[in-house]
Amino acid sequence: MSATTEVRAAGRRRTTARTSLTQRATYPSWFYLPAGVLYLIFFAVPTFASFWFSLTRWTLFDTEFIGLENYIQFFSEPQLSRGFVNTLVYGFVTSGAKVVLGLALAVLLTSQLVGRGYLRSVVFFPVLVSTIGVGITFTALLDPFDGVVNTVLAAFGIEGPGWFTDPSTALLTIAAVDVWKGLGIATLIYIAGIVAIPQEYYEAARVDGAGRWQQFRSITLPLVQPATATVIILSLIGGLRSFDLIWATTGGGPGFTSDVIASVIYKQYQAGFYGLSTAGNVILFLVVTAIMVPLSMLLNRKEVER
Amino acid sequence: MRRAGSWATGIAAVAVSAVVFLVPFVFIFLTASKDASSASRLEFSLPEDWAFVENLSEVLATRDGIVVRAFVNSTVLTVVSVAIMVILAAMVGYLLQRRQSRLNPVVNFFVLAGLIVPPAVVPTIWVLQGIGLFKTMPGLILVEATFGLSFCILLFRAFVATIPRELDEAAVIDGAGPLRLFFAVILPLLRPVIITIVVVQAVNVFNDFTNPLYFLPGDENATVQLTLYNFQSQMVSQFNLLFMDILLITVPPLVMYIFFNRQIVAGMTSGAVKG
Repeated sequence: MSATTEVRAAGRRRTTARTSLTQRATYPSWFYLPAGVLYLIFFAVPTFASFWFSLTRWTLFDTEFIGLENYIQFFSEPQLSRGFVNTLVYGFVTSGAKVVLGLALAVLLTSQLVGRGYLRSVVFFPVLVSTIGVGITFTALLDPFDGVVNTVLAAFGIEGPGWFTDPSTALLTIAAVDVWKGLGIATLIYIAGIVAIPQEYYEAARVDGAGRWQQFRSITLPLVQPATATVIILSLIGGLRSFDLIWATTGGGPGFTSDVIASVIYKQYQAGFYGLSTAGNVILFLVVTAIMVPLSMLLNRKEVER
Repeated sequence: MRRAGSWATGIAAVAVSAVVFLVPFVFIFLTASKDASSASRLEFSLPEDWAFVENLSEVLATRDGIVVRAFVNSTVLTVVSVAIMVILAAMVGYLLQRRQSRLNPVVNFFVLAGLIVPPAVVPTIWVLQGIGLFKTMPGLILVEATFGLSFCILLFRAFVATIPRELDEAAVIDGAGPLRLFFAVILPLLRPVIITIVVVQAVNVFNDFTNPLYFLPGDENATVQLTLYNFQSQMVSQFNLLFMDILLITVPPLVMYIFFNRQIVAGMTSGAVKG
């Protein structure tokens, strides 16, 4: 009896040994290598090097260590530090608007609605269009004098704002165009989340006499939380490093009122201040990780608790 | 009663979306069809006389066909970088899912870091210069492929989990080595997710502006997005040609969307349900 057990145990030990051996032969570690080499050369090395170069005055040919001077300059010159504030405003405004509007549209588009398929494709299409193209188109549409939008507003007797040309509206106008362009992804993610909610919950709620708003509050809203997490994370990652739309519409102007960290990085790079530009990159890195890491932990924990 | 309400909301939604989402596209098309003077008025109106074909041939002829060259460049960039991305990411995602090893947490960490961390621009230029690939198409291709890896690896890892391990074992018993197993057995089975990734990343790379701006600057071997951006300052008085260029650039993603609607949706929403 005990002998058989022992033999069996030995057999099992041998099998595990064999599987781990065949595992190593069947799934060789060098499969990581090609991707790893690319990642190392074009991503890891520059990222680590950026910490060093951000502490130097740098001309690509030689470097001079200047300590934290680039960082001090970044936060003491208003045209640079404005970019820091704008990045946060831009990131949170666009991502908040995408959550609210995306959820509203998804609820609308999952109900029994006329023209649902048409609406889904129409909302999604801007996602696929070139950002530069969108920027140029909206610069024309929102032209303060001849633009279609202000012409229409004038017909109703409203004097439209300067949009991209007014320092107080420029950043928010870009944010609005960003939402216009990216809303399709948020809506799609929410539609996938809502479709995954079992219909029985809604039926049970209706039997209990819950109205539409109550159903939304107590079923849809808590159960699309994973989708909300995805939308927030994706749109924040995109929003905080956003560059091309801003560059195609205002170029950071008027003045530097709509500059974000990413456009400051480009401007300093163009001006030849490579060390300062890289310091901007490190700051962007710190901002993104300082926001994303706790946020994704928080969003994922909520999910586990439920 | 409820029926009527839903009809009303439906019609209202169609009307609002038409204004908000379709007007900009119709505006692009109309402006691209006008002659230079009426296009410069930026009106939302039908062209007095249609100059669509003239504008098209004029844009294509601008500066010895720079738009055509840009299309060739963008196509090469997109095809090669997406091909590299797909094969390398599939290998990583496959191994990550199949093999339990102490390396996995490290790899997972780097994959997530690649997704979140914004690339350091000037140091990347420094690296490219060091290996002689700055301002070259191969350099840009490798950069685009690297920046897309993380997203692809996540999708591949999730999809490989749905392929039964028994298939691997059967192939191994039949004498397949690791390369045969991966390229002849696994890769063909990954087809659905490969199509999704190819479409999503092709649209991303084709529409990318920032990386070509930094890593392949200049006017001569520009990509379509850079050409469009340069046109913006060169064609201030020729909005018809500028918008014709926008229209041209919009065609490839539109075609992708018409043919691969379902895959694009699948790729963009992956992770939405499970978080």
